[in-house]
Amino acid sequence: MADMAEVKRNVSAAGGTNLAVCAGEQPILKVEHVKTYFDVTKGLFSPKQIVKAVDDVSFSVGRGETYGLVGESGCGKSTLGRTLVKIYPATEGKIMYNGQDIAAFRGAEEKNFRKEVQMIFQDPYASLNPRMTVGEIIKEPMEIHGILSSSGEREERAAELLKIVGLKPDHIRRYPHEFSGGQRQRISIARTLALNPRFIICDEPISALDVSIQAQIINLLKEIQDEMGISYLFVAHDLSMVNYISHRIGVMYLGHLVEEGDADEVYSDPIHPYTKALLSAIPIPDPDVAKRKSRIKLEGELPSPINPPAGCPFRGRCPMATEDCGRERPEMKDYNGHKAACFCV
Amino acid sequence: MTETKEILDDSLFEKLDDSEKNTEFIAMESKTYFQDAWRCFKKNKLALGGLVFLTIMILLAVFVPLVSPYTYDAQDLDVRNALPSMEHLLGTDKLGRDILVRLMFGARISLSVGFVAAFLNLIIGVVYGGISGFVGGKADMVMMRIIDCIYSIPSMLYVILIMMVFGSNIGSVLLGICVSSWIGMARQVRTQVQTLKQQEFALAAYVIGASKVRILFKHLIINCMGPIIVSTTLMVPEAIFTESFLAFIGIGISLPQASWGTLASEARSVIQSYPLQIVWPVLAICLTVLSLNFIGDGVGEALDPKNR
Amino acid sequence: MALLDVKNLSVDFETDQGTVHAVRDITFSVGESEAVGIVGESGSGKSVTMYSVMGLLAANGTITDGSVTFKGTEITEKAFLNHRAYEACMEKIRGNEMSMIFQDPMTFLNPVVKIGKQITEVIKNHEKISDAEAKKRAVELMAQVGIPSPEKRLNQYPHEFSGGMRQRIIIAIALANHPKLIIADEPTTALDVTIQAQVLDLIKEMKEKLQSSVIMITHDLGVVASLCDKIIIMYGGKIVETGTDREIFYEAKHPYTRGLLQCVHNPEKKEKLTPIAGSPPDLLKPPVGCPFVDRCPEAMKVCKLYMPEAAAYSETHQCACWLEEVKRRKGENHG
Repeated sequence: MADMAEVKRNVSAAGGTNLAVCAGEQPILKVEHVKTYFDVTKGLFSPKQIVKAVDDVSFSVGRGETYGLVGESGCGKSTLGRTLVKIYPATEGKIMYNGQDIAAFRGAEEKNFRKEVQMIFQDPYASLNPRMTVGEIIKEPMEIHGILSSSGEREERAAELLKIVGLKPDHIRRYPHEFSGGQRQRISIARTLALNPRFIICDEPISALDVSIQAQIINLLKEIQDEMGISYLFVAHDLSMVNYISHRIGVMYLGHLVEEGDADEVYSDPIHPYTKALLSAIPIPDPDVAKRKSRIKLEGELPSPINPPAGCPFRGRCPMATEDCGRERPEMKDYNGHKAACFCV
Repeated sequence: MTETKEILDDSLFEKLDDSEKNTEFIAMESKTYFQDAWRCFKKNKLALGGLVFLTIMILLAVFVPLVSPYTYDAQDLDVRNALPSMEHLLGTDKLGRDILVRLMFGARISLSVGFVAAFLNLIIGVVYGGISGFVGGKADMVMMRIIDCIYSIPSMLYVILIMMVFGSNIGSVLLGICVSSWIGMARQVRTQVQTLKQQEFALAAYVIGASKVRILFKHLIINCMGPIIVSTTLMVPEAIFTESFLAFIGIGISLPQASWGTLASEARSVIQSYPLQIVWPVLAICLTVLSLNFIGDGVGEALDPKNR
Repeated sequence: MALLDVKNLSVDFETDQGTVHAVRDITFSVGESEAVGIVGESGSGKSVTMYSVMGLLAANGTITDGSVTFKGTEITEKAFLNHRAYEACMEKIRGNEMSMIFQDPMTFLNPVVKIGKQITEVIKNHEKISDAEAKKRAVELMAQVGIPSPEKRLNQYPHEFSGGMRQRIIIAIALANHPKLIIADEPTTALDVTIQAQVLDLIKEMKEKLQSSVIMITHDLGVVASLCDKIIIMYGGKIVETGTDREIFYEAKHPYTRGLLQCVHNPEKKEKLTPIAGSPPDLLKPPVGCPFVDRCPEAMKVCKLYMPEAAAYSETHQCACWLEEVKRRKGENHG
């Protein structure tokens, strides 16, 4: 995991930084009222059923910033991540990359977008093609985008990338199934780095890994960010790790963003009752504290996004819910840069 | 045990340098998919036997007609219906033609019909099913309905119609067999591709900007190679069977050319007096089809991820 | 007398690539109504150990050495006349006196059988009672593990339940016959934090109610912190450290245990994460010495050559590391 200097050198050697640093404070990614719905109607004559996986979410990610997106499984955080790289089309709303709408990208613009925005997936066992060697996997993006002219150079670069992520260059001829989960996730990271991306969406990159390996991946991602100034959208369900890597955090519940703010603030001084419950559920590796700590017990589970409850989405499980919460959806309110959507504040 | 501890020299308690540590060590031998499959295939004795038999059959089919003094159509009316002898290893038929040469000539036709049909099925089925599964939506719907239409007409009807239009030759037989038999392959590939395209490695390929063709062939189809290869191997005996059957009932290549089916059909007329004549082609068909089936099973087992 | 006694257990797996030494010579015991946490990374042998205790090893796995004693009777296959006698005995024990909670409920639940039937079957396997009575018991059990409107849900299929609810059903099945020992194999790894907290609370509550012993297998020290009295740290098929919860969390001796503690982000203390470098050892060719040598920041030459013996720090706290010997030698020189 050393050799960061090499990364830097290669950023300028291989293709160069893709963007001149833009003037002003334009965020690298701006998401405005994005909705991603899926039609899951079964059969012709049954009533229309729409899964509102992402429902009116707005946020932005600054340059070199890590934005953490947390929530339980089924809250739409992964769908949102996938919408941002156009795996799913946004049903409504705008996603602006460097100030340009990504839905309008065609041809060269599209290709450039594909080069600069990358994704790391959750399941290290499924995200690498089992029939390709590690070398082929890392070289593929370079081949597609014509980075480096000869196959030999690409091979060299692939070996170098392996070294950067802490693997051995001679692993290049091995197949993914010969590696452990953590090693595979590092291969995934090497693949994304092959394109010198500017923005990486990390879709729960550590939730399938052992705790001891999670820290490795997190630290590796942090080092890469420090050296290359990449922005991350870090999607996870583990608030403690998200807090560690992120500058800002957004908390999602049932397709909605319910709280957003500075990572430490959200962590130490949560506003929304859901965030509070999430925080108190984190297991603490300290028996004295763990036995002392009282948990906010959340009853029940995430309701189905097919027919979400009217009003506040969290109402059904919220210990503070009142009748008002059922009437309409609370808007995001700003409390000195720390936003939350709750009536009871 | 405390004594062993005492023996240890103090120098052993020096810190280990990072370079001496063997991190990220993988003891597993690296093998490609096919090396691994071959190792597994070799363990299956029936399949291996089938492969040996098939190889011998192919070699004989190639070389026997070349080196034999007889040709497949040379009649020698002096030695009609001869029993096996040194001159005619398997005897002669009712027109005095050497049965061994005719059998091996038939093997050329039967085997090539089998392999060519399987190959055509592979290409058409994989491409059609792959595209249908990958594109999805309305295109998929239309493509599947076309398949249903093709499937709704009995395959025998195709063969007879094609024969009428293109005449009785090996090409028509092939066409007849292929018209509808690729459908199974296409459906299989389609289902596989549909599940695989949701996998994260396919999404990863999309995110790095891979073209649709690249995703389909380099990422999706290569990962359903296992079942594809198995169906292809099992397609060969099926095609041989169909061809033989057609030839036996008199549809197919024209005389004096012979496939195993025509040989059996010819021998039928003398079955009362010279029953041995019908044994040879039937034996050839049986053993070949059997060994191909064994091979198919062996390949299926070797490529099945559950057996790893 | 301890409820479960595992002595010098070794387990090998035959694979195409060679023999994998998954568990190598481990010894531990579990007392009556004690909660023990076995912590280790995937491939450390923690699950294999428990599967061999339950007699559920895969066909290519064998216990090559050692013994398992449950309630004073040896339950290793070699103690029985033949395989059949062994299986018969284990069948009586499994699900009755010893039961297991699995990581993935769907591998355990039959997708085409109604939940109610799956629970009553387990009850009736071990006790001769009427259908109506078994059903009543099932409803009670489901209510106990916190499933709302159990009478109605009895007639549903596993896929109609969410992940957390399925895990509750698994727990209900595991508890159906009031087992003496509950083995939980990463019961919360697949769950969200809020559900994880619910399930952990449930296990804790049921343990206290039934006075059973619990073995919790996990890779997350955070999970065992609030639940377990005794913690066993496994690495590379060996036990590297054993101790009470306080001894492990506050006085950890082994560099691996300390490493594990440092790579969990503790929000109460703002510390930088220090990951353990590298990957777990390949058990096809495990290191001859200490299994942790290649990732240990304090590794010495001796660690590569010899496996350290376990040294006792207290009656409950043991650790196998050469650093102890270094300390002893230094002490001798000074003295």
